[in-house]
Amino acid sequence: MIQRSLIILFMTVIAAFLIAPIIIVLGISVNDGRQLYFPPEGFSLHWYQAMATESDWRASIEYSLLIAAVAGLVAVSVALPLAYALWRYGMLYAKILFGFGVTPFMLPPVITALGFMTFWATTGNYGQIENVMIAHGMFLVTLPLMTIALGLESTDRSVVEAARTMGASESTVFRTIILPLIRPYIISGYAFVFVLSLNEYIIAFMVAGFTVETLPIRIFNSLRYGYTPLMAAVAVLFVAIAVVVFGLFARFGNLPRLLGRWEPDK
Amino acid sequence: MAVLNLAGVSKDFGATKAVDDVDLEVPEGQLACFLGPSGCGKTTLLRMIAGLEEPSAGTIRFGEKDVTQQPAHRRGIGMVFQSLALFPHLDVGENIAYGLRIRGTPKQERDNRARELLGLVQMPGVERRHIPQLSGGQRQRVAIARALALDPQVFLLDEPLSALDAKLREEMQVELRMLQQRVGITSILVTHDQREAMTMADMVVVMKDGQVQQVGTPLEIYRRPANVFVAEFIGSSNLLKGEIVAGDRVQVHGHTLRVESMPHGFASGAEITVSVRPEEVGLCSGEETRENGLQGTITFIRDVGQNVEYRIDCSGLEITSNVPPRDKPDVQLGDRVTVELPADACVVLA
Amino acid sequence: MTTARRSWAPIGLLSYPTLMLGVFFLIPFGIMFATSFFERDPIAFYRPAFVFDQYARLATSLFIDHLLFSLYLAVFVSVISIGLAFPFTYLLTRMRLRTQTLWLVFVLSVLSLSEVIVGFSWSMLLSRTAGLSNVLVWLGILEEAVAWAPSFGAVVVGYLYLTLPYTVLILYPPLSRIDPELTEAARTLGASPLRAFFNVVIPSTRTPIIASMILVFVFTLGVFLIPNLLGRPRHWTLSVLITDQAVYQSNPPFAAALAVFLLATSAALILITLWLSRRKRVATT
Repeated sequence: MIQRSLIILFMTVIAAFLIAPIIIVLGISVNDGRQLYFPPEGFSLHWYQAMATESDWRASIEYSLLIAAVAGLVAVSVALPLAYALWRYGMLYAKILFGFGVTPFMLPPVITALGFMTFWATTGNYGQIENVMIAHGMFLVTLPLMTIALGLESTDRSVVEAARTMGASESTVFRTIILPLIRPYIISGYAFVFVLSLNEYIIAFMVAGFTVETLPIRIFNSLRYGYTPLMAAVAVLFVAIAVVVFGLFARFGNLPRLLGRWEPDK
Repeated sequence: MAVLNLAGVSKDFGATKAVDDVDLEVPEGQLACFLGPSGCGKTTLLRMIAGLEEPSAGTIRFGEKDVTQQPAHRRGIGMVFQSLALFPHLDVGENIAYGLRIRGTPKQERDNRARELLGLVQMPGVERRHIPQLSGGQRQRVAIARALALDPQVFLLDEPLSALDAKLREEMQVELRMLQQRVGITSILVTHDQREAMTMADMVVVMKDGQVQQVGTPLEIYRRPANVFVAEFIGSSNLLKGEIVAGDRVQVHGHTLRVESMPHGFASGAEITVSVRPEEVGLCSGEETRENGLQGTITFIRDVGQNVEYRIDCSGLEITSNVPPRDKPDVQLGDRVTVELPADACVVLA
Repeated sequence: MTTARRSWAPIGLLSYPTLMLGVFFLIPFGIMFATSFFERDPIAFYRPAFVFDQYARLATSLFIDHLLFSLYLAVFVSVISIGLAFPFTYLLTRMRLRTQTLWLVFVLSVLSLSEVIVGFSWSMLLSRTAGLSNVLVWLGILEEAVAWAPSFGAVVVGYLYLTLPYTVLILYPPLSRIDPELTEAARTLGASPLRAFFNVVIPSTRTPIIASMILVFVFTLGVFLIPNLLGRPRHWTLSVLITDQAVYQSNPPFAAALAVFLLATSAALILITLWLSRRKRVATT
């Protein structure tokens, strides 16, 4: 019994630690005045309205969403053929390429950030929005690579051969069998990139931080040059997006499996 | 439908020969079983016939046509996979009609064909069910229907029944065999279960280490095994080491036995093995003098219902005898008995 | 493989990923590597050259101090992270699947929080005006509200907040694979649940623990904003210095040298991780 209460206490403390900043941000975002107070002074949702009306914040939200959406596409477009080629043909070259794809995410992001910064400084294309899209896509390509590889691994290989014996060409097999089977894994890979790109700071900052102010950059800048509850409101928006996306995974997919839980029955 | 012909077919994986120089002809409409322990090359050989694996040497013909260089999807085969490989995202009807859909067959026609095939495998009216809703036996039938949907020339089955439990498996063996005869399609079944091979095959191809050991009807293989491996792998057998004395006499463990047929090419003094099936071994109580009779003591008795198994120690040589319950002799553990190895049941092997 | 010998499919499939990874991974890293040998040019960022000046600068005591601090902080934080995340994740994997899923949504959401937001909200939580100390005053534990940030403790708390969900997700796959019968066997042999945890669960997962610790260590090296927002300049880590050199000091060559150094350190650690996990696989098969 004591053991059980200790366990509950431990889990509660961890949960409280993880949720505390979110509650603070939520509280600040409903402050009535310009000052940052917690507990909030007065209650108002006008900071949430301000996200849409204050043009520079709105621009940042739009930048961030656009970058995240395109970065997801970039990442999936690279990950899908690579993971499929590795699974289908198992070549050493594909393995090496897969290794390259997994590396950036495991390294400190500042390295990738500086790499891209020097790259675009050299090619003379510094400060463009597409830099951020590509940089995020390539930095986060690890995630769809992992999810798609996981999806392919759980696919019975003889399904491909069965389709082949029934007259399907390689591309028909891919289109009619593989793609429908791994669609959930592709979508979750995309969603991971989307959410993490929204929240990424250092790469976006070093690649185009002075011209394309994404939301994290704008929040950081306003931390230095004058706080406003607006940033808390934006942070709440981001948390909400993450909860909704991962909640959808949980609702329509098998989240524990996606995160590597071993399933004894399969 | 066509004759299937293999000539000098080999497959190397690096230094190992998975399939070594196989020649084989399966007559039209017959069912051949590739039988052997795991790793004997039977599945690799099947996959080469399917076009899923490329032979390192040799030719494969369907009828007059050389298909060796043709990819799987142009060969006109239907295949049932060990895992069944049903498409989990398609329903039963779509699974069966997949090949037709790729060929651009109109929907109406595809539906008709699916219905027809489901009738053939005795599962009418389940077109719109999904795969996870089906039982093991039903999935089996769907996989078979799907493999037959394109009217293949050759029907290939890679241990298709291995996932079923023992009872259902026996039922499906009979049903599948009847279906194959009804359709009259040249078929190949890969299995490691000799009972399954005996039940279903017109011809059995016993394989070991990539090489064909023996080809024959189930009964031939059983009665006249070509070598020690086949004798041991198919059913059980008393294998007695000895040597040829002269003519039709062999000497085994100090006893001289007469054998009915002596294979050619053996000189006196050659070392051989005599194989006698346990059910051919006669058993009577007491010590009697008979042709090919050996005296011994009973060391073990096991009554499994359909027959009674006796193990007899004949001064160091262990002989097993299976007797039908009706003919059970009146003997106990430890009794002295005489076993008889009939001359026409003694098969001499190299 | 299915008639793969004659097929052009793999080449077609891999040409686009090769192009993208080549242009946007290998070339940027190559350029960065090259830049680390360049000379600084106050006007044009840098001047191509082949000098070891930047690497020589790494040996100065200021950077050695920062390096040692970075490593010390990373070790400190990753040890605490594993210490907290391990029992947490273990308990999580023993819960009902539904409960697990809810926790995972929560953990993932926290993990995806921007460092900026994390730094900002912890600076609030630890501040004098809006922070936790006000709650303690209200409870009568403290006399008056105090500022806990910036400080080393604040930096550690901020780091832990970032690393904890990451560590949980790294530990989740290996811990979910532990056979429940293992602890049950220990229980039938007379071990209490806590004893079974220490005697059976922890030893049987030593390799994933070490691997996770290294991954968390590398992750920690990459944290950039927390020392900025919750610490003082002496708490700056290599990541902060790299950004500072590249952006504010306009010295890409030196930033690149620092980055190459950081890269080498991280890569060595990742290779050790891979080697460890491979050795484990060999041992189990």
